[in-house]
Amino acid sequence: MRKIEAIIKPFKLDEVKEALRRVGVQGLTVSEVRGFGRQRGHKEVYRGAEYEVDFVPKLKLEIVTSETQTEEVVEAILNSARTGSIGDGKVFVYPLEEVIRIRTGERGPDAL
Amino acid sequence: MGSVSAGDTGFVLLSSALVMFMTPGVAFFYAGMVRSKNVLNTIMLSFAVLGTVSVLWSLVGYSLAFGPDWGGMIGNLSWVGLAGVEQTPNADYAGTIPHLAFAVFQGMFAAITPALITGALVDRVRFKPFLAFVVLWSLLVYSPVAHWVWGAGGWIRAVGALDFAGGTVVHVNAAAAALAGALVLGKRRGLGTEELVPHNLPITVLGAAMLWFGWFGFNAGSALSANGLAASAFVVTNLAAAAAAVAWMGLEWLHRGQPTTLGAATGCVAGLVAITPASGFVSPMPALVIGSLAGAICYGAVILKWRLGYDDALDVVGVHGAGGVVGALLTGVFSSTLVNPAGADGLLFGHPERVLAQLVAVVAPLAFSFVCSYLLFSLVDTFWGLRVSHEEEETGLDLTQHNEVGYNI
Repeated sequence: MRKIEAIIKPFKLDEVKEALRRVGVQGLTVSEVRGFGRQRGHKEVYRGAEYEVDFVPKLKLEIVTSETQTEEVVEAILNSARTGSIGDGKVFVYPLEEVIRIRTGERGPDAL
Repeated sequence: MGSVSAGDTGFVLLSSALVMFMTPGVAFFYAGMVRSKNVLNTIMLSFAVLGTVSVLWSLVGYSLAFGPDWGGMIGNLSWVGLAGVEQTPNADYAGTIPHLAFAVFQGMFAAITPALITGALVDRVRFKPFLAFVVLWSLLVYSPVAHWVWGAGGWIRAVGALDFAGGTVVHVNAAAAALAGALVLGKRRGLGTEELVPHNLPITVLGAAMLWFGWFGFNAGSALSANGLAASAFVVTNLAAAAAAVAWMGLEWLHRGQPTTLGAATGCVAGLVAITPASGFVSPMPALVIGSLAGAICYGAVILKWRLGYDDALDVVGVHGAGGVVGALLTGVFSSTLVNPAGADGLLFGHPERVLAQLVAVVAPLAFSFVCSYLLFSLVDTFWGLRVSHEEEETGLDLTQHNEVGYNI
C-alpha cells in the first residue's frame, strides 16, 4: 500500500477530486495548509504599507491506494492539478505499513 | 430657566444613544485589525472603557468638566453624583433640554475618547494597569480639557476658538495620549519581522460603518436642538466622510495600484474626525474640501509613522491626530456666521486671525494631554507594569488577560 500526499492550489480541488473519482479512488482527506516553496509568498497592502506574506494558502490531500494503482492516481493528480505556472504544488508518495478500518477491524488492502 | 422642548429633548436623547453606539464601533474597527489571538482583548479595552467612564462620569467626571467654573481651568465638585443635575434645563449649556440629557450626551463623548486611545496600545498592554490609567486620565485630562473648551468659564471657550463637536477635546486629546502610550509601551514584538496584519477586515468595516452612523449623533446632536443647524451639521458630516473615503481610496489606488477596503474604511473615519470641530460652522462645499484634504493628509500621516519610529499600532495619531488638527485649522478657514450666527467668520470671510485662535485651541490640549498622559502611563507602568510579558504577548492577550479566546473553531 502507498500513501500519497499532494499539495495543490486551492482552486484546483474540484478538478482533482473528479479526476481521482474517475480512477476509482474511494476516499480522501483534505486540509487547509500554508507554506512556501519556489513560489515564495505574496504581497498584501494595509494602509499604504506593503507586507510580504511568506506563507501561501494551499490544500493538502491525503490518499491511500494499493501499490498497483499508485501510478494511475499520481498521474490523475498531476494532470488535474497542473496549471503550468509556479506554485502548482508537489506530490509525495510513501510506503504504508498498515490500514485498519475502525468499524470492523479489517486490516490491509481490505480496509481500503 | 427655559422650558423643556419635546423635539429637542427627543433629538438629544436619540443622539446620545447614537454616540454610545460609536464606542462598540471603535471596538470592532480596531478588533479586525489585530491578530486573532488579541481580538477579544481589543474589543474589551473599548467596552470596559464604556462601562468605567460612564460610572465615573456620573460620580465626578461631569462635575469636573461642566460644574461651576474654577479659574477657567476646571469645574468644581458641586455636581458630584449628578447632584443638582435635574430634569429642568441648564441655560449655560442647553436651554431647551433637561440638564440630565445634556449630561448623558456629554458622558458618551467622555466614554469614547479613552476608547480611541486603545488603538495605539493593542497587542501588548496589560489590562489592569490600562484600567487604572483610564480612571486617572478621564478625571485628570479629559474633564479639564472638556472644561477649557466647552465648560461655562473655560479659558479656550473664552479665547473664541471654535470646536463644535469635539475635534480637540475628543480627537486631538486622544491622539496625544495615544502617542504617549505608544512611546511608554514600546513597539509590538515581531514588528518588521512577522506578519502583523489584520485578521478580520469585515468587522473593521462594520466598525467603521457604526462610527459613520453614530457620528450623526455626535455632530448633529451637538446642535443640542432639532433645528436647521442640526440638519446642516448632519449634511456636512456625511459629505466629509464620503469625500475622505473617496480621497483615500483614490490616493491608495494611485500609490499602490489597488484601492483597499481598509483604506476606504479608514478614509471615512479621517473625514469624520476632521469635520467634527467644523460641523456646526461650515456649509456643504467646504465640507467636501475638508473631507478630501483630511483623507489625503491622513493617508500621508499614516505612512509617515514608519519613518518616525514609534509603534502607534492602529494609527490613532495618523487618523485622529492628523485629522483632528486638519479639521480644527480648516474650521478657522471656512467657518461662517451665515451657517451659525453663534459661531464666527473664518479666513475666507475676512478673519485670518481665526486660524490663529484655532491653532491655540489645538496646541494647548495637545501639549497638556501629551505631557499628562506620558506621566500617567509612566506612573502606572512603575507601579504595575504596563506591558505584558514576552510569553503573554506570544500567547495572545485574549487567553492571558481574560482566560478566553475569540474563535473556537
